[in-house]
Amino acid sequence: MKTETSAVNIDRSKGDFFYPEAHVRDAGIGLSEKTVHYIADVKEDPDWVREYRLRGLKTFLEKPLPTHWASKDLEAIDFNKIRYYLSPGTEPKRSWEEVPDDIKRTFERLGIPEQERKFLAGVEAQFDSEAVYSNIKKAVGEQGVIFVGSREGLKNYPEIFRKWFGKVIPIADNKFSALNSAVFSGGSFIYVPPGVKVKHPLQAYFRINAENFGQFERTLIIADEGSEVTYMEGCTAPKFNTPTLHSAVVELIALKGAKIQYITVQNWASNVFNLVTKRGLAQENAEVKWIDCNIGSRLTMKYPSVIMKGRKARGEVLSIALANDGQHQDTGAKMIHAADETTSNIVSKSISIGKGRATYRGLVHVPKHLKHCKNNTECDALLINATSRTDTYPAITVRGTGNAVQHEASVSQVSAEQIFYMQQRGLTEAQAMSLSVNGFVNDLVRQFPMEYSVELKRLIELEMEGSVG
Amino acid sequence: MKELNIENLHITVGEQEIVRGLTLRVPRGEVHALMGPNGSGKSTLAKVLAGHPDYQVSAGKVLIDGENLLELEPDERARRGLFMAFQYPSEIPGVTIANFLRAALQSRLPEGKELEATDYYAKLYEKIELLGMDRSFTSRAVNEGFSGGEKKRTEILQLAMLEPKYAVLDETDSGLDIDALKTVAHGVNSLRCPDLGILLITHYQRLLNYIIPDHVHVMVAGRIVRSGRKELALELEERGYDWAREGSAEPAFR
Repeated sequence: MKTETSAVNIDRSKGDFFYPEAHVRDAGIGLSEKTVHYIADVKEDPDWVREYRLRGLKTFLEKPLPTHWASKDLEAIDFNKIRYYLSPGTEPKRSWEEVPDDIKRTFERLGIPEQERKFLAGVEAQFDSEAVYSNIKKAVGEQGVIFVGSREGLKNYPEIFRKWFGKVIPIADNKFSALNSAVFSGGSFIYVPPGVKVKHPLQAYFRINAENFGQFERTLIIADEGSEVTYMEGCTAPKFNTPTLHSAVVELIALKGAKIQYITVQNWASNVFNLVTKRGLAQENAEVKWIDCNIGSRLTMKYPSVIMKGRKARGEVLSIALANDGQHQDTGAKMIHAADETTSNIVSKSISIGKGRATYRGLVHVPKHLKHCKNNTECDALLINATSRTDTYPAITVRGTGNAVQHEASVSQVSAEQIFYMQQRGLTEAQAMSLSVNGFVNDLVRQFPMEYSVELKRLIELEMEGSVG
Repeated sequence: MKELNIENLHITVGEQEIVRGLTLRVPRGEVHALMGPNGSGKSTLAKVLAGHPDYQVSAGKVLIDGENLLELEPDERARRGLFMAFQYPSEIPGVTIANFLRAALQSRLPEGKELEATDYYAKLYEKIELLGMDRSFTSRAVNEGFSGGEKKRTEILQLAMLEPKYAVLDETDSGLDIDALKTVAHGVNSLRCPDLGILLITHYQRLLNYIIPDHVHVMVAGRIVRSGRKELALELEERGYDWAREGSAEPAFR
């Protein structure tokens, strides 16, 4: 059902919805040099970006799917049937009456404000948050902070943009980063000047009418020396109008002594392939922290990384993944230690419900010549049903002496005794389950901003409902 | 009738009959002690009353204020006013006592009605003082890393907060030193009231020095062999379970 509501892959045989499509700003279906040129034309890219896109396409076509280690389910993506660029305002429209009841109920349960429901359900292409956004933009603008869409960043701040674009994640990093390099559009560009500490988190949410829900978004954040910034993307509300392939690239650069915190909470429709490359570079005494929460999707592959390039740099990944029936959360973290006295921390929690599958892949790399590096990795998996599945693939290469690495992994199940105990206090089985799960992720959720943690709790309750009975 | 009424109850686990025709009435406002040796079926009875899925009732009935208890889910029983203090309470990692009790109380409210947070905390802190515990205790995860005494006190705290109509205390005295025992007993005594019926399951007479029961029942091999006033506990202490068993109509052990 969710397939019909997406912008691509419309099952026309069902005929439930009719989408009048404007083809004016539409790259058509499938991927070729023509598609890439089309996108570059529409976006009025400078030549170097056009060339970059074409290199991206070439690399994408050359690289095989990584099915030698990743899920074979990737083979189900038909790259020839995807629409790679659809400019804003041309998304399919439908009326609120046409939105399925169960989707409406979900919005209700999550307490999504009326205005946002319409946007999320694809009834309205625009979400009127311009007022909020411009206030934030004005406030940070006074401090010299640049917070714009990636296209605007490229156009108005070419020297900063070009200096860092594609430097942390090269085109050929993986097949999907190459794809993104070819067809990217949307995403944010942020520059924080030296010493500026941005008080309020910058939210992609405020920019969702600015191409941000694009499927191939490209975000670049640069925190100059001694500055601090927090960025948040996504929301717990399920997105029903998203295309089936989402492949973003996010690059973070924390210069000397800077701190970047990047928070993601996403809840994808269950037909979405979410294949995202996220990496941060931390220079001397800088800190990059990823807080990542993955819910929904058919297959998510995401391993936020930090390259600790300067002495005393710090990297951190805190992640929660929730895999329900028919979903595979293949997530983890990579920590590349490239200087002395660098420290990294990974805390990963996954919950598998029904036939859901959660996979943790971790990479910690400390080369031989380094001294006094530290890594701590904790990954905990919780299995709800007997059919639930979890796998852990930690790869830790630590050479040399004087480096300390600690790895702890656990797999637990919600025990029948625990549920009985909670039921004896008056909670229904479903309430008991969701309280247990919330307890399991509690220490991580506490690090989320308040509004997200409340929403997350409600979302977990909702996800747990189908798991008992 | 305001009572917990157990009539001719038979419970089997696998092939074996553990409780074999037990009859017992606990009216509200009374404390009934149920004593018996290991393996007599005391804890099995407690679990069946609470609705544990592993146990089968093969015959008999249990009524709570006249309503058939046995056809209710464990959580429905709890919301009807039945509380069990567990002998071995489960840990709930990451869920604080405050949040757990809040969820439990919330589950008793009609849909759409929210628990008033300030009232809730006022009550929680009042009860925590009653049990001689520190307020900070309520922000610890339920039973996680608790000592035996802390676990038992947490059970009594929950009893105090949930205000049931009937409470089954399953070996609440086991594993307690004398100071902890006194605190727990003080907590239970302060909750005694005309609205609460208590079934106190214990192996030893010791607890009954601190919680004086109205009635004492001796359970041997799945049924009650003697009932009497509080003095029965002392007599039992003196004469032992063999003496109690002599009163039963058939051999207690097969």
